[in-house]
Amino acid sequence: MANRKSVKASVRQAVDAQSRRSFLRRTSLGIGPLALWSLLKEDESAFAETADVTRGVLARPHHPAKVKRVIHLYMAGGPSHLETFDEKPVLREMHGQEMPRSLTDGQQVAQLQGQSLNALAPQFDFKSFGQSGQRICELFPEIGSVADDLCIVRSMHTDQINHDPAHLLFNTGSAMAGRPSMGSWVLYGLGQECDDLPGFVVLTSVGKGGQAQPIAARQWHSGFLPSRYQGVQFHSTGAPVLYLNRPDGVSERQQRDLVTAVNTLNAEFDGLVEDPEIATRIQQYEMAFRMQTSVPTLTDLSGESEKTLEAYGTQGGDGTFASNCLLARRLLEQGVRFVQVYHRAWDHHGAIKRSMEITAKEVDQATAALIRDLKERGLYDDTLIIWGGEFGRTPMAQGSGRDHHIQGFSLVLSGGGVRTGTSYGATDDFGYNAVTDRTHVRDFHATLLHLLGIDHHKFTYRFQGLDFKLTGVEEARVVKGILA
Amino acid sequence: MSTRLVLILAWLLTAESLVRADSPNFNRDIRPILSDRCFACHGPDEATREADLRLDQAASATEERDGYHAVSPGDSGGSEVIRRVISADDDLRMPPPEFGEPLTVAEIELLRQWIDAGGEYAQHWSLAPLHRPSIPTPAATELVANPVDAFILRRLEAERLLPGPPADPRTLLRRLAYDLTGLPPDGDMVDAFVADPSPDAYRTLVAALLNSPHHGERMATYWLDLVRYADTLGYHGDQEQSVWPYRDYVIDAFNQNKPFDQFTIEQLAGDLLPDPTLAQRVASTYNRLNRSSGEGGVQPKEYLAKYSADRVRTTGAVWLGSTFGCAECHDHKFDDYTAKDFYSFAAFFADIKEEGIIRNAVHIEQLPVPTPAQQRRMSELDAEIAVAQAEFDERSDVKLKAFEQWKRRVAESQGNWKLVRPVTATSEGGATLSIGHDGSVLASGDNPAEDAYLITATLPIERIAAVRLELLPDDSLPAKGPGRAGNGNLVLQSLELEVAGRTVEWTTASATHTQAQHSPEFVITGNRVGWAILPQTGQPHQFVLVAKEAAKFESDDRTAMIRLGQRFGSGHNVGKFRIYVAAEVADEPESAIALPELLTIFETDESQRTDEQRERLWDAFRQQSELHAATRDRLRSLQDERTTLQRSVPTTLATTATTPREIRVLPRGDWMNDSGELVEPALPHFLPAGSLAERVASGERLNRLDLARWMVDRENPVVARTMVNRLWMLFFGNGISRSVDDLGSQGEVPSHPELIDWLAAEFIESGWDVRHIIRLLVGSATYQRSSTPTAAQTEADPFNRLLARQSRWRYDAEPVRDNALAVSGLLERKVGGRSARPYQPPGYWRQLNFPMREYEADTGSNQYRRGLYTHWQRTFLHPSLLAFDAPPREECTARRDRSNTPVQALVLLNDPSYVEAATALAARVLRASDDDFENRLETLFRMALARKPRPTETQVLGDLYQRDLAEFREDGARAAALVSVGQGESDDALDDAEWAAWTGVCRAVLNLHESIMRY
Repeated sequence: MANRKSVKASVRQAVDAQSRRSFLRRTSLGIGPLALWSLLKEDESAFAETADVTRGVLARPHHPAKVKRVIHLYMAGGPSHLETFDEKPVLREMHGQEMPRSLTDGQQVAQLQGQSLNALAPQFDFKSFGQSGQRICELFPEIGSVADDLCIVRSMHTDQINHDPAHLLFNTGSAMAGRPSMGSWVLYGLGQECDDLPGFVVLTSVGKGGQAQPIAARQWHSGFLPSRYQGVQFHSTGAPVLYLNRPDGVSERQQRDLVTAVNTLNAEFDGLVEDPEIATRIQQYEMAFRMQTSVPTLTDLSGESEKTLEAYGTQGGDGTFASNCLLARRLLEQGVRFVQVYHRAWDHHGAIKRSMEITAKEVDQATAALIRDLKERGLYDDTLIIWGGEFGRTPMAQGSGRDHHIQGFSLVLSGGGVRTGTSYGATDDFGYNAVTDRTHVRDFHATLLHLLGIDHHKFTYRFQGLDFKLTGVEEARVVKGILA
Repeated sequence: MSTRLVLILAWLLTAESLVRADSPNFNRDIRPILSDRCFACHGPDEATREADLRLDQAASATEERDGYHAVSPGDSGGSEVIRRVISADDDLRMPPPEFGEPLTVAEIELLRQWIDAGGEYAQHWSLAPLHRPSIPTPAATELVANPVDAFILRRLEAERLLPGPPADPRTLLRRLAYDLTGLPPDGDMVDAFVADPSPDAYRTLVAALLNSPHHGERMATYWLDLVRYADTLGYHGDQEQSVWPYRDYVIDAFNQNKPFDQFTIEQLAGDLLPDPTLAQRVASTYNRLNRSSGEGGVQPKEYLAKYSADRVRTTGAVWLGSTFGCAECHDHKFDDYTAKDFYSFAAFFADIKEEGIIRNAVHIEQLPVPTPAQQRRMSELDAEIAVAQAEFDERSDVKLKAFEQWKRRVAESQGNWKLVRPVTATSEGGATLSIGHDGSVLASGDNPAEDAYLITATLPIERIAAVRLELLPDDSLPAKGPGRAGNGNLVLQSLELEVAGRTVEWTTASATHTQAQHSPEFVITGNRVGWAILPQTGQPHQFVLVAKEAAKFESDDRTAMIRLGQRFGSGHNVGKFRIYVAAEVADEPESAIALPELLTIFETDESQRTDEQRERLWDAFRQQSELHAATRDRLRSLQDERTTLQRSVPTTLATTATTPREIRVLPRGDWMNDSGELVEPALPHFLPAGSLAERVASGERLNRLDLARWMVDRENPVVARTMVNRLWMLFFGNGISRSVDDLGSQGEVPSHPELIDWLAAEFIESGWDVRHIIRLLVGSATYQRSSTPTAAQTEADPFNRLLARQSRWRYDAEPVRDNALAVSGLLERKVGGRSARPYQPPGYWRQLNFPMREYEADTGSNQYRRGLYTHWQRTFLHPSLLAFDAPPREECTARRDRSNTPVQALVLLNDPSYVEAATALAARVLRASDDDFENRLETLFRMALARKPRPTETQVLGDLYQRDLAEFREDGARAAALVSVGQGESDDALDDAEWAAWTGVCRAVLNLHESIMRY
């Protein structure tokens, strides 16, 4: 019965939302038929039988999807591509010398403004890993051990040279605040598959190897999309989800009784005022109550086997990146559509050698463990795994570290639909400019949507009279070269 | 058949019946199609225009082009537009397949009819000159309370839809109180109105609510969304900024019913008014509410461009109701704004004194805004300080004689500082330390995130009273040092000196320069923040520590160990330094502190000293001498008080005008591209200049004050329309044009075009009297109708565009909070003041940095302030406001989302603010009536919802109460825990178990849908 009610409620909500859109799109009552046809067209899909609780706006994908969920291991702060995935022997020979002016003149710089721009040799050696022989920095032996499952994109570039706008661009496709994040877009398009967890979850950790640059909630905000598509942060201390815990002194039975009483009285009230929002409100109280049980169960890692904990390198529940990776896997298993796991530790302006050693250790094992774990559980083939930051770091020295760099950096993909055991694109000999198969953040977004069965050109939302897209108005391409 | 299908079919039938007999209206029927489907390539943007055809202009559309016309008036068959939209050939059909779906049959039919009827163009409705339409006369004149109703009824009659009944008095009063003050009416007010719901009583209530100081708060809440008011920078570290005096200005403006033209002028250009008042200068804070960044690697030019664009976007949205921001990179695709318009508009704001990077996250140009009491005390202090200062400055013979003695004494002690020559110098973090011939130590090689240097040396003296660390620049260091961080900075957390096996304890620390917030004292206390030197890198510095008690070597072995602790992280380590020790410091520690600076003066022969050097000595002397002690102490304590007072004076980021920066058109918005045309301030080219025409023609440079006056010029067609449309939304749920954020081509054509124009004209002619418009709106019969739809209304007008009934909606985020606090009696009703900090889950700010911060909730009554006073943290807005769709205010928000989510349920159920409100409400109920359950429940419902409980409610809540009570009786500790949530405390007069069980009932009532809805 409850189920019927939920379906009815969500349908009414969908009617509201869609009619609202159609209404904005068209003019006023005068137009009639046009808006109505589009309503009727969308109507069919709203009634299609489906397992999804919150329907996405796309009744069916634009083309067959390769993956149905995404995990983004977000290396916040900007990891150096030169000490991770982009080997540059020439830079080693250049150590201490001034970078060619032809490269650096007129280019953006962050903290190195007004300073001499001298090459800093790569601080570590690279090795060949796997059958594919992919070249990866020696600091990442575990990631190296799954090298055959990776597609290394070495030709990324972006527009924004400071953390804040660069994060925004990477998440929303625009450096202007107010646009939806990619997780929100995906949830809006595809909906979610679980009815007791949010469809877009954000986890965060900090490291010991450098400054933890701030991040902002707008990075997982739904922007102009309805608020229910916002990412929900899970916390490692306190209530795992804000306001999830019952008030002090209130027992579970009492809370249950309270929710039942509220829902009963709301239902009665609906009879008096005929307000469709009430059915939705009732459904949301049910979901909230379910979350009070489901979320703590999910975030309690004590049921994981010793072997699993060991593989990830965590005892769980300690808020480390490793613990978050394991939690992320549990979320994905439950049908969460999009998970972001931020590790805020990569802003290595100084002492990059020492910092890289520390930070690499914090993520190496868990990243590889996650890939293996997803495989063992049969989730790998329809999951997209992303590893990377908002930008790279300069081939130039900033003292003993490196500054922000936007003209070339690396991003690693794995999972379903990805051409693995290979790399794509290249930077020049100095690791300064992406020169072969340059891939903008927008291209990455187009490709991400493509893997999810979405054509980024067609996936739009009307706001202030414009059909907005995740990929914006500039040219964006699906990067065919990284697709299996 | 499903509900949905029924609904749509019903609408279809109604819509069919609505099809007009008259021919299509360009603005209502045709422009939306052309704008949405054609303008992108055949519209205002020259860069993307195809075939040199503009369908937004009659001349271009109808001109002859090689024997055909795009639009041939009167002849749809001969119009290329029709041929192209119906073509079956993908290559010919418009719009091209990659641009979108073909036009629908209905759209094509409209185009045909329009062309056949003459293809007449009309100026876009919001840009057309504003003329007051005549008031229509509907048939049902008895339903007309004021002209607003006449417009609404006329349309309803045309659509053959019956207006609904009036709302019942209780609902009406709750609606009115919410709309005018954002707070619920109290029970007595409701009783009185229910007893006498006459039009007179209603008018009296309207007047009372408008005169309430809470009216300004309610109106400000919306205005603050528009101007994106917030308490933090918004970018990166999102540090705090003080702008709340502006918020209070806005509240006050609405409470005073400040005419909207004046309100506009003061915000945009209050600083440029002749002899501006403090309030007018505070108002100009509007110009500096944009997001800004203190991130270290900010390129100032880039951020100045960001701030500049932000202002155009926002001002365009706030006053012009436009998406002007679209023209940052290209001419607007749908409206007439060109990129040149955008940058010319930006040039109006080029005079604002500001910096691209907000260094140390502290803004320049902060305007103190003292209260009258503060101002009074400040003048008193200034007078007293002047007297004390005169005394202090006086050079009597006695003082001059003592000065000579002092100089002799200090000169003798100058030799005290002895160089320490290190024997070994090692880095714990792995850096290479080399000892120079001059006794200096230079670091190179690895620069670990954190480090500590260990120096061993044989000290040159046996008694150690002070140590001096001299920092030296060096070319090998980043930015020449003296630190090793990328910018030449360093952070010192500790300096340990071990003499004869004992660590010396320090008493004072001082330095020649100290970075903001990095006090020398931290080196003594070991605070991680430490001492640092930004922005004075690349030069030497002195740092002196004075021992609490002089240390002494007991034997001939004068080996000492010195350890410099540097734990800030990211390589903020010392680059080059030298160490000195002294056996004596002068009696007062000040002399020792002054010594490093005075060294060179004393090394100079008395006769060779400059006047400045003499003055410095004199000053050092009177800072120490006994003769000056009394005056000095008095002066210091007066100055301390003044400083403390000064610090407590609030500030705001008022606008200061300076020489305007150069503004260029930035091609594609690229701040690095300087090839664009230089522009001067100019109004959007297609809007009438009004009374500014002469100034424009004169070629003089226009300024912000011109812009501000133009905004509220009688001939400006958009500002009044924009504002009345938004006021309408506040009282009817939607704008007359629903797109309150876009009155341009892509926005919605108003449902009642004549009404919006009539209101706009009325607004201007009333002297921009906001309250006059509000009285018209709430005084209308339309406003006072019931919001419960009849079946016919739901079918005919599901989205209530015709207003046969009122609309209903969930409270905004702030009033959701305010309502709970008000009914529970917790609400602190003070108006204005510093932003408040309600309870917030610990760790919510974990993602912030520079600095890391812990949220500290306010205590006392400040905890219970209205939602609009909540500290507005842009990157992490208070989560319970965010849950109810409060915007982060990074950009202008003209309309909030009204979502319905599980997180909202969690907030109302579990946020301590709402739990505490429930305990307070329960206590209120228990104290108000000591009768049986039903009486108490009646009291509760009267307080919370201003009505009697229904039988089901009595039964359901009675059951809830009984079960909770039994459980709390068994476990008294849980009851005590529940009633002491927040700042609550057990009360001897109340039984904990009963109180806790009533808290449960109150929670249920506060969680009811009805409790957060405006009906």
